[in-house]
Amino acid sequence: MDFGFTVNAPRAIYLDKIDPALRDKLIARERTTLLCIGCGSCTATCTAGQFTGFSLRRVQHLVRRGEYDAARRAITDCMLCGKCRMVCPRGVNTRAVLHALLQIL
Amino acid sequence: MSYRYSNWQEYSKEIADDHYYYARSCIRQNFFPGSEKAFLDILREDLGMDIVEDPRHTTCTGIGYHSDVVPLETTMAIVARQFALMTECGYENYVASCITSFGIYSEVLDMWHHFPELEEKARENLFKATGREFRKPKILVHTSDLMFHVRERIAEKGVRRLVNASTGEPLRVVDHIGCHYAKVFPKKGIGGAEFPYVLAGMVEAWGGASVDYPERRHCCGFGFRNYLVQANRGYSVANSQKKLESMAPYNPDFIVANCPGCAMFLDRWQFTLNAMTGSRYAIPVLTYEEMAGLVMGIDPWELGLQMHQVPVEPLLDKLGVEYDPAAKYLGKNGKFIGQPLSVEAYNPAAL
Repeated sequence: MDFGFTVNAPRAIYLDKIDPALRDKLIARERTTLLCIGCGSCTATCTAGQFTGFSLRRVQHLVRRGEYDAARRAITDCMLCGKCRMVCPRGVNTRAVLHALLQIL
Repeated sequence: MSYRYSNWQEYSKEIADDHYYYARSCIRQNFFPGSEKAFLDILREDLGMDIVEDPRHTTCTGIGYHSDVVPLETTMAIVARQFALMTECGYENYVASCITSFGIYSEVLDMWHHFPELEEKARENLFKATGREFRKPKILVHTSDLMFHVRERIAEKGVRRLVNASTGEPLRVVDHIGCHYAKVFPKKGIGGAEFPYVLAGMVEAWGGASVDYPERRHCCGFGFRNYLVQANRGYSVANSQKKLESMAPYNPDFIVANCPGCAMFLDRWQFTLNAMTGSRYAIPVLTYEEMAGLVMGIDPWELGLQMHQVPVEPLLDKLGVEYDPAAKYLGKNGKFIGQPLSVEAYNPAAL
């Protein structure tokens, strides 16, 4: 029966229900990803982010939440220049995180 | 650990015993035409209370106000006019039949309290437009407050209780409190949203068992903007789905709501969800007046229970209410009011 609308599913993310496999794979490949505190310094300094919607901070969040499809689409905008690694206050090897994600996702 | 509001009694309110000016709801008369009549009949005739109804009163502008088509000044002038009519009738206590009206009146009175210049402006606008003057109500309540206040008297006069007639077990009732009653000004509702007791109090007084469920305080999905535009109704139905998913495991015998929109949408969206998702919801939804009417022995078709989408017959059978199935679609004076083309197709259990 067509009502002209459908049920809008909630955007709630249930961490108990996400598939942690890819996230764990990333952590195994590049452990420094766990040091990220989500400050956004990487995004602030990102050259690609000046011209596209790319944000490494967002990608980190997406991977932690198990939203791999969105993360996969986002990382294609990265130019791998590595400026983010130079500004990270926690010493996350951001370029290596990106490399790993490009292979894993 | 100390909480800001540690005691639910802090949410109680003053409710006058008698002498009320009654303001009807715009939509309830279309959704549940028997409810307001039942309220007046029970309180006036059975309990002998003095409640005046004035045909001159209008909408409170609630739907237009919350949909951004009625400006605040207009809402204030119209609320001022309602209060002027109450003053002209010689009453000081105001009882509103609609949750949103209750929210609007509370909001306007609060604004006038904090910004007296707005009250002056409303008085000026009202006088210029109609030549009327008004006094603010001494007591402002919602009809469910008043019914909660007299619940013990209704229980005494009632002909039946909310128990399963064949097993003697109390009926399991889930309640839903309107957001504009409990969340706009939580302390102006009995129990507010944190301790929703206004309906549970009635259910318990009349012999039923009030069932707590996880999403008890969640919105029903009515939310004006969510249903006025067809494309937005997905949000509305998603809220109702969340409520129904939460209450269904408790096998409730019926839902009771004190808001016009909540009773409407928790009822209608059950059919919609069943058609969309293949679920099998069929939980009857009553207004608190209809619940009181059944306790007082009013005929279910006179109460307007045929206006509900989810069939109420299984509930009536549980309660042991005698009814004439053939009279379901007969209105006042036995006039046929029309019926669904295919009754079976609208039965959630048949989908």
